[in-house]
Amino acid sequence: MSAPSGGGASRDGYGQALLAMIDDDQIVVLEADLGKSTKSLFRAEKPGHTISLGIAEQNMMLVAAGLATSGYVPFASTFAIFTERAFEQVRNGIARPNIIVHLCGSHGGIHTGTDGSSAQSIEDLAIYRTLPNMTVLHPSDDVSAKALTLALRNHDQPSYTRTARNKVVRAYSEESAAKLVIGKGHVHRRGDDVAILACGVMLNEALEAADTLATQGIQATVVDMHTIKPLDEALVNELSLNCGAIVTAEDHSIIGGLGGAVAECLSANIPTPLERIGVADRFGESGDSDELLAMLGMKAVDIVRAANRAISRK
Amino acid sequence: MVERGTGLDVAGLEAMAKRCRRHIVKMVHDIGAGHPGGSLSAIDMLVGLYGHRLRVDPSDPDWADRDRFIMSKGHASPGVYAALHERGFITAEDMASYRRLGGACQGHVDMKWCPGVDFSAGSLGMGLSFGMGCAIAASLDGSERTSWVMLGDGELQEGQVWEAVMAANHHEIGNLKAIVDRNGIQNDDFCEVQMRVFDVAEKFIAFGWAVKEIDGHDMSAVVEAIDWADSVTDGPACIVMHTVKGKGVSFMENNPKFHGAAPNPEQYELAKEELA
Repeated sequence: MSAPSGGGASRDGYGQALLAMIDDDQIVVLEADLGKSTKSLFRAEKPGHTISLGIAEQNMMLVAAGLATSGYVPFASTFAIFTERAFEQVRNGIARPNIIVHLCGSHGGIHTGTDGSSAQSIEDLAIYRTLPNMTVLHPSDDVSAKALTLALRNHDQPSYTRTARNKVVRAYSEESAAKLVIGKGHVHRRGDDVAILACGVMLNEALEAADTLATQGIQATVVDMHTIKPLDEALVNELSLNCGAIVTAEDHSIIGGLGGAVAECLSANIPTPLERIGVADRFGESGDSDELLAMLGMKAVDIVRAANRAISRK
Repeated sequence: MVERGTGLDVAGLEAMAKRCRRHIVKMVHDIGAGHPGGSLSAIDMLVGLYGHRLRVDPSDPDWADRDRFIMSKGHASPGVYAALHERGFITAEDMASYRRLGGACQGHVDMKWCPGVDFSAGSLGMGLSFGMGCAIAASLDGSERTSWVMLGDGELQEGQVWEAVMAANHHEIGNLKAIVDRNGIQNDDFCEVQMRVFDVAEKFIAFGWAVKEIDGHDMSAVVEAIDWADSVTDGPACIVMHTVKGKGVSFMENNPKFHGAAPNPEQYELAKEELA
């Protein structure tokens, strides 16, 4: 299946969505000295509704909560890894009272590359997924990130969206992205032998893997599971019945993220062979994104092998 | 038109504070747990705020343009519940639900459970940031509503407090008021032993805040300090109130044991006599 040409980073989609809401006076944008990096492009256009909070993430979370209880819709961003520093603020100050704040953690995953392991958040999806009331998103490219960020405008729960630093081949057009719904996986191709559930930058690897599998006579379903929570359990159940073998692919620890969520779902509903592609309980290191993906066993070729393993376990 | 406070004079406020002290001790005694010490040190200011200053409406607790009061040291909830009861937000029955399953009066103040509570606290260091968010929203709205935040002195050991103190000055947030309950005692022991916080006023001044120090149990001084804080509009203002933990109950006064402990039956009888 050919993806629309060009490339885009999901962090750019976040910024584009904020700009698209520039005339909405309920929107406030919060930054912690990484607005340029997270593509929080609002500031230049609407400084009065942009609040710079310096390198102080804990404060930012609660300032956002205060704004939200006063009628505003805050979008607060920093690097994914630095949102984690304020996890307890998110837990007690946002999720627990169910205050509608939208967090964006950019530069997530090992894909962020040469900055090295201190910047490579590989546990953010897992920790935010444990919080009641939280919606957890991880879009794949700029077009889908824009659509999903815009969908948050009227979302009735707090959220965490992980975006990525680097451009990837776009898997969406404006038209296809407009059909994205929070909480519903987006099926990119259908096949009955194995289902690959991917998120973020791994969607491209999954699509490439499906092409390779097709040359081996194996037909794969590929789903963009852009919403980690609430997980689209109906779709997971349907695919476990139809395909009988599942592979998850994420730029995240295989513990607790998409793979963990799918494992929980399968074991509770329709036990099905599952192979998890992701970071296998280790930290990353400096390197080019592709080098790191290869070293950590997260390339399309690794997904192909995992698919064959899952099928052999049927 | 909702007016500020209740119109009570200093004598009326003092009488209200005495009733609140009785509510506090009763709540903690009846459930056999809770935090009386920091409630009793804070209560004169809480009465000053609810009785003299805050524009709030008990018949419409969620009124969007109300002043906000944020109890950042959320364990001092009996003090807040006592003031909310006296102000007409909650009933005596609600107060009796303190720390009980399904009760409006949760162990730590919770905006989802109790009418009139503006912030869900319990984890120290977060309230000033939240109050700042409320204050920024008020400015964006062009409203004169004000955020009042009470912090403990032990709470100042949390780093987030100083993130907020720095940001409030940077953004010149004139509708944000902090009140530090300087009672000198924290959970395990005296602040002097656990982690000295030194001269609190000096610290806030160094961060660019307007600061006033008062005796937090002198109701005239409390009222004057509230009016003074209101007069500061070009930046954030802080009242450092020097207080006695457990104030009003002899065996609780300046006693670290009563940070988080209930009186036994004999002690409760003595406390009631002292607060009669």
